[in-house]
Amino acid sequence: MKIKKLFRAAVVCFGLMTILCGIIYTAAVTGAAQLLFPDQANGSMIVVTQEDGTQKEYGSQLLAQEFTKPQYLIGRPLGVSNLSPVSKEQQTLVLERINWWHSFDPGNQEEIPMDLVTASGSGVDPHISPEAAEYQVARIAAARNMTEDEVRGIIKTCTKGRLLGFIGEPGVNVLKVNLALDGLLKIKKVV
Amino acid sequence: MNAGKYALSVFLFNGAGFVFLFGLLMLQGVLPFNPEGMKGTSWHLAFNTAASFVSNTNWQSYSGESTLSYFTQFSGLAVQNFVSAATGIAVLFALIRGFVLKQKNTIGNFWADLVRSTLYILIPISFLVALLLVSQGVVQSFDSYKEVAMLENGALQTIPLGPAASQIAIKQLGTNGGGFFGMNSAFPLENPTVLSNLIQVLSILLIPAALCVSFGRAVKDGRQGRSIYITMMIFFIAALAAITVSEQFAAPVFDYAAASGSMEGKEVIHGIGASSLWAVVTTAASNGSVNAMHDSLTPLGGMVSMFLMQLGEIVFGGVGSGLYGMLAFVLLTVFIAGLMVGRTPEYLGKKVEPFDMKMVCLIVLVPPLMTLLGTSAAVSMPGARSWLTNSGAHGFSEILYAFSSMANNNGSSFGGFYGNTPFTNILGGIIMLMVRFVPMTAVIFLAGNLAQKKAVAVSEGTLSTSNGIFIGLLIGVILIIGALSFLPALALGPIADFFTMQ
Repeated sequence: MKIKKLFRAAVVCFGLMTILCGIIYTAAVTGAAQLLFPDQANGSMIVVTQEDGTQKEYGSQLLAQEFTKPQYLIGRPLGVSNLSPVSKEQQTLVLERINWWHSFDPGNQEEIPMDLVTASGSGVDPHISPEAAEYQVARIAAARNMTEDEVRGIIKTCTKGRLLGFIGEPGVNVLKVNLALDGLLKIKKVV
Repeated sequence: MNAGKYALSVFLFNGAGFVFLFGLLMLQGVLPFNPEGMKGTSWHLAFNTAASFVSNTNWQSYSGESTLSYFTQFSGLAVQNFVSAATGIAVLFALIRGFVLKQKNTIGNFWADLVRSTLYILIPISFLVALLLVSQGVVQSFDSYKEVAMLENGALQTIPLGPAASQIAIKQLGTNGGGFFGMNSAFPLENPTVLSNLIQVLSILLIPAALCVSFGRAVKDGRQGRSIYITMMIFFIAALAAITVSEQFAAPVFDYAAASGSMEGKEVIHGIGASSLWAVVTTAASNGSVNAMHDSLTPLGGMVSMFLMQLGEIVFGGVGSGLYGMLAFVLLTVFIAGLMVGRTPEYLGKKVEPFDMKMVCLIVLVPPLMTLLGTSAAVSMPGARSWLTNSGAHGFSEILYAFSSMANNNGSSFGGFYGNTPFTNILGGIIMLMVRFVPMTAVIFLAGNLAQKKAVAVSEGTLSTSNGIFIGLLIGVILIIGALSFLPALALGPIADFFTMQ
């Protein structure tokens, strides 16, 4: 008898919790999020109004896209390796990437920033370090017939610094820079 | 409720949750809110996932965005994120009542404890955290996934959506750790900015740390809570220093590349600092979410996070479970100290007697036993090598980490370990349930036994449990148990990995 009563209490309590924490709570957060932060809640899409008035989505500013051409800022290697950083496989991969950068941009004698030759945790890291962007400035400027300072200006507007100046690391949003370089994303001019 | 009824209520409630979640996972293909047409999972994956979320572990043998429907996520997993955390808080308070009450046959009402901690603590804070996370770019939508042509080559890129922020808030606050997406909080749609990262890290430690203060208040002696807090903090800071130094300075250096620490598996905006901090927070508290790939931590960095789990998830630990685990170590320390000076050990005015020590042994010893048994079973499986991404000592580390994680209800993994096999799903599921509910039952009966005792007056010979000597003793006991259990295994894994580094 006692067990039966407790069993019923357990089932009823679990049912109520499912309605409360699963359905009501989720619905409330979704409603508030869609009302207050519709852009962020739907994937932080980069939407640009075209000349003919239609809108075009170029991707999420939070997910990396693949870039390989010299006129674009190139991001981190895509995909997740899960390799130990001290393993032979991983070290071979890094050396291959260093060689790739040297053959891709033979005139560049600078040290390659580490984030350009290692894969990220998400596999789609949308950011590179400001050093990694600076490493590519001369090449992009040459490929596009722009001055280096014009390229730097665009990179600067797409860079987010540390929080309060000391938390986290600064990052350059690769997709935004490339959209701006192509003239698709209008950004305020910074010289 | 007496201890028996309290324990039975915990079982029945969690049992109902387990059955519901298991059914949901198998049947999600015919249920609503499934815009991507996800099919029901295999029975062993459903068993493992249900066991994992009911036990507050959130070990994931699947990747959320390619396996689960929105319905499964919000009405199944999110609910368990709430109630498994609330169960932990409830049982902790049952134990605290054991210390406070005198000659009573009750340790409180499980239903009241469960509902109050959910309603007054977990839901309000989660709501706030969820909205803060959305403001940073965590998705919260019921739309189907988006497809966008990429700028350079026009190939289609899929942008997954879902009711993620609401679940991520409680995933962190309830020390659950199960990601909405497969790459967990490394994935930018789950943890987009430096600020969202800070909010999530704080959320993980918020309740386990605050419960130390609640404990001090409840036993009407703030110093008792403080000494436990200090003990946890000492472990925490030592681990943080060790991982950060290892990630920053023990990474391989290459010609023509700038030496700036080990960036493999880490996001640019989190860097070495915030990734190391997260690795410590998530394994100290039994959270298990990650913002960098632990498999790609340097050998000693990975060892520290593994060792934090192997200590039994008591450095802040899981919501509720961390503190009751730590209190078991406190009783053990009091007992050992009592033996040394030849007095009947007592804690907070309660004599610690044989029955109490038996319960403490169950709490302290079941997780290490399951870790080592699980690891040894896995390495002796003929197909074990095909589950691994890395070879050699680091390959063994992948297995040891997996079973340390499951057998301590953590849930993080060395991601190169492929867990979605019948062997790991079934064995892991059984282990997660055992290490959650055997110690939990022991805690409840310990509470019931303590509540029945008279209080003994404090005398000159009473061992103080709030001074520096006691903190030192407690740290010693924790380290001795952890070290004796795990040094041999660690020597084969991360330590061998470190010394064979090229």
